[in-house]
Amino acid sequence: MKHIISVLVENKFGTLNRVAAMFSARGFNLESISIGETEDPEISRMTIVTRGEDRIISQVLKQLNRLVDTIKVTDLTHQPHVERELLLMSLKMSKTTQHEIFELTNVFKGKVVDIKQKSITIEVIGSPDKINTAIDLFRPFGIRELARSGAVAIHRGDN
Amino acid sequence: MHEPGQKLNGSEIFFESLRRENVDCIFGYPGGALLKVYETLHDVKDIKHVLVRHEQGATHMAEGYARATGRPGVVLVTSGPGATNTVTGITNAYMDSTPMVVFTGQVPSTLIGNDAFQEADIVGITRPITKHNFLVKDVRELALTIRKAFYLATTGRPGPVLVDMPKDVLAAECVFEWPESVDIRGFKPTVKCHANQVSKAAKMIAKAKRPLFYIGGGVITAGATEALFRIAVEQQIPITMTLQGLGAFPGDHPLSMGMLGMHGTFWANQAVNNCDLLIAVGARFDDRVTGKIETFATQAKKIHNDIDPTNVDKNVKVDLPVVGDARDFLESILLELPKAKEDHSAWLAEIEAWRKQCPMDYTVEPDSLKTEFVIDEVSKQTKGHAVIVTDVGQHQMWTAQYYKFTEPRSIITSGGLGTMGFGLPATIGAAFGVTDRPVITICGDGGFMMNIQELVTAVYHKLPIKIFLMNNSYLGMVRQWQELFHKEKYSFTDLEASNPDFVRVAEAFGCRAMSADNPEAARKAIAEALAYNDGPMLVDFRVVRRDMVFPMVPAGASISDMLLARLNPKTMV
Repeated sequence: MKHIISVLVENKFGTLNRVAAMFSARGFNLESISIGETEDPEISRMTIVTRGEDRIISQVLKQLNRLVDTIKVTDLTHQPHVERELLLMSLKMSKTTQHEIFELTNVFKGKVVDIKQKSITIEVIGSPDKINTAIDLFRPFGIRELARSGAVAIHRGDN
Repeated sequence: MHEPGQKLNGSEIFFESLRRENVDCIFGYPGGALLKVYETLHDVKDIKHVLVRHEQGATHMAEGYARATGRPGVVLVTSGPGATNTVTGITNAYMDSTPMVVFTGQVPSTLIGNDAFQEADIVGITRPITKHNFLVKDVRELALTIRKAFYLATTGRPGPVLVDMPKDVLAAECVFEWPESVDIRGFKPTVKCHANQVSKAAKMIAKAKRPLFYIGGGVITAGATEALFRIAVEQQIPITMTLQGLGAFPGDHPLSMGMLGMHGTFWANQAVNNCDLLIAVGARFDDRVTGKIETFATQAKKIHNDIDPTNVDKNVKVDLPVVGDARDFLESILLELPKAKEDHSAWLAEIEAWRKQCPMDYTVEPDSLKTEFVIDEVSKQTKGHAVIVTDVGQHQMWTAQYYKFTEPRSIITSGGLGTMGFGLPATIGAAFGVTDRPVITICGDGGFMMNIQELVTAVYHKLPIKIFLMNNSYLGMVRQWQELFHKEKYSFTDLEASNPDFVRVAEAFGCRAMSADNPEAARKAIAEALAYNDGPMLVDFRVVRRDMVFPMVPAGASISDMLLARLNPKTMV
């Protein structure tokens, strides 16, 4: 099944490479990986989305922990958490489709970030599932370009 | 020693840091990026530098030294090709959990990334084969980085650590400050075993009717062999060992079952498949041990103690994992086990019957020489007390089968990676660390050729090593598989037409050498080599050419399906 893993790592060059290389060397699935600095500039947070049966996920967590540059590894999958992904998508647009695109963007609580004569760029924020649905529904208009951030996630609550 | 607070350049800091780490010996080769270091080294008298003839040799020497002494091996090589030549040796140390610190020179930091002369991204290259690695970008970080490198290499599950040092960093100056302690927040190995898990393990052991110890190299690394001996003898629990675990328990003791796995003893593998409790300590359920996973020790509850949590449940699902140091585990168990032990005599008698059913033996004929005989004879003449370093292949498995290792740190062999060419340099490294026991290479003609240049190193330092060359002029193990499983297509494994005269080659290097082609001559040659301590001595044993290692579990087969002798290949597929 799908797992979302949050990893605090040393904010050093090569750390992302160490993690990504470990996934490929051990044949683990890596659906998305995103990384950014935390409130402490020496520490970055990595959010990893992976798939596998329990035995594999247990190895993934242990192998992540084994890397010297990882400080804390948390499998958020079965804990209360918030998960978000950013989608930026440029679509083909004409007079006849313009209105429909606006409406659909509103349905997804998205925003128009750029508009030209024949194209429109929108942003949508949500869970990776919501992003998948959005892409499916916008696809008929003609996708010119698309970029996804990969998921970021954080614990919900006081813990 | 320099005083704290004094200003030093990077090269001086390098040696000052090695002193603080009690390094007495380094294996190295100079080059452009390291000129400053070798300039400083010229006046360093308290650290021995061994000049190798190929950087791969340096890494295997460092590993031999580390495995023989328990102290980290240290390598010093230049940038680019010097660094890339260490890759095989580093991988070998990584697979066999050997503590090693490799220092590489690097082009000046201003040139990194510019495809400079002799530049290689060695930190990138060695990321997956080191426990950790560092690029030192500022001379002020050098001492702390070296401190961290030794700490990481030797703490928890040992392994190789690489430190890349750009030329300008080695020349820059700063105040030398040696950090007295080191704390790495992402590296906190569990050394102390969880008390509840230990209690559970002790209860399982006390209750077991047919227990079996499965012992790996971790027991030797942890210095846990005394505790193991006491538990085994007090509780009458038989012991089987992995290739790296040999020596953890005396091979001549009645409770020793010898090695298990692909070329293990018949009775050890039978014991694994018939035991009701398998106690794995410092071992990792490697595929050469388990054979077909689905049929491995199916009747047994399994306890697995290892210091590396990734080893637990990786290949075989166990009933009771105990993460922690093997010595802590066994010493804690010893305290908890009841004095009144279960009666295991029926179980031991059953194993004894398997031993009688398929004993390890070979035939001796007066005019032909078998590797098994030579190794058996070396074992007898050294009374199992030598440090034996092997290369990789048939002779390696025969050594595991026929040499009766009586103490830990006695077998030094490339287990995980299976690196041909390991034997000779690792022997040289071991000989720099051990002087009170004979240090012997047992190698084949194929592997010997892979690092033959290091003969110079042995001769130059007058190392009293014995190089016992099991010369069948074949890549014997590959040939064996070709015969058994590949339609007897002997593709590129016959070296007879191309091998040199090894006696003359050795003599040209300045190494004493002789040959032997029958049991009587072999016996005399071994005695002569063991008595000669003025330098290295090579004996070219002209062994029978097409001998095969048995028993054998074919790859992927169950360990209960051992081949005991040559069968018709057509019926074996």
